[in-house]
Amino acid sequence: MSMIQPPLPREILICTIARLLDGVRHVAVGASSPIPAAGAMLLRALKERAGAAPVKISILGSVEHNFFTNGSTELFDCAGQGRIDAFFLGGGQIDGQGNINLVGVGDYPRSSVRWPGSFGSAYLYFVVPRVILFREEHTPRVFVEKVDFISAPGTSDEGVYRTGGPYALVTGKGLFRFDRQKGRFRLDSIHPGHSFDEIAEATGFTFEHDAEPGVTPSPDVDELDLLRGRVLDELAETYPEFAAQMRQSLTEIA
Amino acid sequence: MEDLQSLARLVESGMRLALPVDYAGVSMAMVHPLIERGISDLDVVCVPTGGLQVDMLVGAGVVRSVETSAISLGEAGGAPCFNRAVKEGSIVVRDATCPAIHTGLLAAQKGVPFMPMRGLIGSDVLRYRQDWKTVDNPFAEASDPIVLIPAIRPDVAIFHVPMADRHGNVWIGRRRELAAMAYASAVTLVTAERIVDKNLLSDEVTATGTLPSLYVTAVAQVTRGAWPYGLWGEYSADTQELMRYAREARTAQGFSAYMAGFGEAA
Repeated sequence: MSMIQPPLPREILICTIARLLDGVRHVAVGASSPIPAAGAMLLRALKERAGAAPVKISILGSVEHNFFTNGSTELFDCAGQGRIDAFFLGGGQIDGQGNINLVGVGDYPRSSVRWPGSFGSAYLYFVVPRVILFREEHTPRVFVEKVDFISAPGTSDEGVYRTGGPYALVTGKGLFRFDRQKGRFRLDSIHPGHSFDEIAEATGFTFEHDAEPGVTPSPDVDELDLLRGRVLDELAETYPEFAAQMRQSLTEIA
Repeated sequence: MEDLQSLARLVESGMRLALPVDYAGVSMAMVHPLIERGISDLDVVCVPTGGLQVDMLVGAGVVRSVETSAISLGEAGGAPCFNRAVKEGSIVVRDATCPAIHTGLLAAQKGVPFMPMRGLIGSDVLRYRQDWKTVDNPFAEASDPIVLIPAIRPDVAIFHVPMADRHGNVWIGRRRELAAMAYASAVTLVTAERIVDKNLLSDEVTATGTLPSLYVTAVAQVTRGAWPYGLWGEYSADTQELMRYAREARTAQGFSAYMAGFGEAA
């Protein structure tokens, strides 16, 4: 039997996402999100292998891994009824209060840098209980003190209907949890190969943390086995380039 | 059956145009005929996001405003002409969020002036939309603010489908957003890969995914009419071509050169 190759940084992100999703019945994944999609597929595969309650996945842009038949409105209708437990959002900017900006930098509307737009964030952030913020690039230009445009706010005033919101933030360097009472992030763990000082320097907002934050756990053999086999096969339908790249990286370190 | 030019002639300057998301069936074949018409001041509504088609119309200078939840070329990156127009301030952008566009179309479909939706409160999306209103839920005992979205009633909806029949029924499969656009719009123009002889409504299996001719103004047949986008169940997107557009349209001159070739290819 050959040696199991050590996990790639992206495999750690995928497993971290799968763990954050533990307990969900239905998770939806938006467009252009291969790592969140892989995390959701890994959780589904792990639950299936363990004989646990099944996890349903709706991956936008997929035919095989998507239940929707009522057009692009169905995701939002589903979410509004509480039928979606988890979703992923990113942001060109994310600030320390959990506000996200998908619109642009500078004075709106004549943004100096214009990003695609808010997509469904101004709604889904309010009604999906477990929104996982995912942004691989961990730099001060992304993680800012205050966003230039609020596509969706991290918290709402009392009396505003809100059944959902930010749950965690996964970056290329670490995992944060969002404290909804305080409206602030708390560093949960640091990914292998990164340090606290590096994270503090790369984060433009202040955050809470333990005196010595832990290290993000690496995937175990079972997780890696499913991830490198079944999950990459499933992922290739929607994200052929990404799946091929992952397989290529695994060959290179072999 | 009509041709592309006669479909384009139904679009006039100043009209509000509904266009679908890039994976739902974009009638790219209509881009050149629309630009050649010499119209201007179109108000585009993206259902609920936009891409190459909207970028080309903006680049050609025929668009006055864009209402959208997002616009990009997907894997090929940002929408170059749109981004340039934003920086120059030459178009009005009405930033929305996907379900707000669906809500506005649904209000039009039902013939009511507005529909409420959750979310939005505290966002800058709402702050910049003077046409959206926040009211107190009249059915709640405690204060419960909720946003009202006015009906979106486009003058024209344009999209592309795999098949239509000779009665003007068009098959949209599970892409129900195409039906939503048609229900809300005064005129619906459809391009189709092929025209079939059988009546799509006479078979229960095809009837469920069919938008009846009641909502369809005109149909034109065009092969590979979504290219370089893909069409569900038919062909996939030509990513290389989208990348080539993204590179060339980085400047206004590059865009013009690309469009001259695109007109010939179409």
